[in-house]
Amino acid sequence: MNEELLNTLSSIIGTATPLVIASLGETITERAGVVNLSLDGSLALAAVVGFAAAWTAQETGVLSEPLQIAVGLGAAMLIGALIAVLIGFSSIKLRRDQVAIGFILTLLTADLARFFGAEYTRIPGPQITQFPLPILEDIPILGPVFFQQNILVYFSFILVFVVWFWLFRTNGGLSLRAIGERPSAAYARGANVNRLRYFYTFVGGALVGLAGAAYSLNVKPGWSSPPAMQGDGWIALAIVIFGGWHPFRAVLGAYLFAGLRAVSANIQTNGLYIFGQELEFPFVLLNMLPWLLMIVTLLVVSGGFTERLLSYMPLTVQRRLRAFLRSDPPKALGIRFDTE
Amino acid sequence: MKNSKSLFIQLTFTLIPIIISLVIAAILVSAVGRDPIEVVETLWKGAFSDSRKVGGVVNFWIPLTLVSIGLVVTFRAGLWNIGVEGQMMMGAIFASWGAQFILLDEGASFLLNIILIILAAIGGMVWAFVVGLLKIRMGVNEIFGGVALNALVNVISIYMISGPWQPSIGGSAQGTEPFPMPALLPEYSREFPVNIFMIFLVFALFIIVFTMLNATRWGLNLKAVGKNMRSALLLGVPTERTSMSAFLVCGALAGIAGSYRVLFTFDNLRPLATGGIGFLGLLVVLLLSVRLLWVPLVAFAFAAILTGSTRLQISLKLDSSLAGVLQGLMVLLVVLFQGVQEVFFPQANDSDDITPVDETAEVTV
Repeated sequence: MNEELLNTLSSIIGTATPLVIASLGETITERAGVVNLSLDGSLALAAVVGFAAAWTAQETGVLSEPLQIAVGLGAAMLIGALIAVLIGFSSIKLRRDQVAIGFILTLLTADLARFFGAEYTRIPGPQITQFPLPILEDIPILGPVFFQQNILVYFSFILVFVVWFWLFRTNGGLSLRAIGERPSAAYARGANVNRLRYFYTFVGGALVGLAGAAYSLNVKPGWSSPPAMQGDGWIALAIVIFGGWHPFRAVLGAYLFAGLRAVSANIQTNGLYIFGQELEFPFVLLNMLPWLLMIVTLLVVSGGFTERLLSYMPLTVQRRLRAFLRSDPPKALGIRFDTE
Repeated sequence: MKNSKSLFIQLTFTLIPIIISLVIAAILVSAVGRDPIEVVETLWKGAFSDSRKVGGVVNFWIPLTLVSIGLVVTFRAGLWNIGVEGQMMMGAIFASWGAQFILLDEGASFLLNIILIILAAIGGMVWAFVVGLLKIRMGVNEIFGGVALNALVNVISIYMISGPWQPSIGGSAQGTEPFPMPALLPEYSREFPVNIFMIFLVFALFIIVFTMLNATRWGLNLKAVGKNMRSALLLGVPTERTSMSAFLVCGALAGIAGSYRVLFTFDNLRPLATGGIGFLGLLVVLLLSVRLLWVPLVAFAFAAILTGSTRLQISLKLDSSLAGVLQGLMVLLVVLFQGVQEVFFPQANDSDDITPVDETAEVTV
């Protein structure tokens, strides 16, 4: 197989990793019935905090390099979790609308990131290094694409399966889905709805924080303004919807977006050739593609458009295609639960 | 009826969060090694030290008030018009098109201004229509439709600036050539560089929308749709048309706001010409729990912070994002404290407005 193609595929897997982790985190949070809309800002703030913590650890010179990275990742996860829990708290205790609080936090955390980031703009710091997995990396094609990556990428592979397993194969996952679908039924069966919501909001938020650190410690090392991940939070949120709140589909979505971005970036630097003929075209317009994809995917998975299209098809095809395309949110998503 | 005790509680619960947000901001400033008092001084001087500075505040206030009025309308209908930023930009692009290609001489400047403002309103409405269509007919949540359309219009603007509309010399992605004089909105004076006509227009639109919301069937329909879409439909309210009209009104106002940025503030079209004013408008309206009456006042305070912050970079080497931090903190804490008040002092509640910050309005993602 073509070397260049393998490199491109491998970099798609690498750059998609923050999107994978963030959308899995948000999938968990939303499955529990809480919307963390703040992703676009909290990714940025987590990136700054993660970088600053790792950099400070490096400066003090006490810790070894892997520990510096660990400090950065830990700090980022903590900040991501705190933001998410704040949304949970304001909804559960203070009865505020999750979307409103989430949106305010989107702007606030983005500005906080720029405010603190100004001190760290374009300074080099610790980075997560590549770590090819022995034996696995030698598998033809799969090896170079999937197993010559860094720890976070491998973590994201495992995370997908863990989230899936937890959601659909354990009792814990059953009550997680229950508190997002029918909290009153879950409550009647003895689940402490609000405590579980806090817990899963925390976990999901921590993953979002980790995704933020994945940018500043790996994908786009350091900090610059405007931040590298600007817009990715919204894309991750859209991926959750496209993914139908299912981890496998979410991952598929993340790779789809990263792939599309890689293709458009490639065309913008190298030009586009069809049958040896260079195509003249204002390539800057290619930056529209991810956002057009976002609209199209949401169009397909939600609401009337697909239904209308399906109604023209034979019944058997209809049923299968619907199961494949439709994506319905958890029924109690964004809705507060009161015991009385 | 409001009694004095509940008024006192309401006032307390507005003041405490603002004070706390100021304290937090002061701590943040100290954390990066600057003096908070100096920051306050810089902000104040940057906004009010002379009439030119006050003019600068007014120049932020005009577009901010316009988008905020529009957002009150969409929030009334229970719609999260995050796409307002893109609608503003589309207005700016439409106005820029007209400014470059509708050539009238100096004498017809006022007429041209009016034409361009109308063009901008149409531009904003076009972009709002797309969000509305995606939401109402195709089930795409308006938050995500809006975010995507914001990004799309930014790409379009960069394409126009670096492509068809690039300056004849030194074409770059910085901006188009300055528009011809007759297209630009005139300054009142060098000491007070604002456009008087626009100020009048803002107040006129404020009064019109206020009346429409509170004294017409349309206003009632909006409220019904915002409170409960299902029962509104069952009661015979044309819900789809009402929602779309809210988007269109907001789009038109945002478009006009966009035109002010390119026809007055910058004199040309540049990337991100909206300067985040659309998002700031969302904060203003959230802070006020969608009460239109106070919009001009709060918008003025926010505009002052924004204007003052431009000096932070120069005199204190502090990132101007501090303004956003302060505004964000204020809104967050005010909204959270409304929750505290509602949960712990429920007797002080008197508002029957639809507010997107509490859960009376049905908003789901």
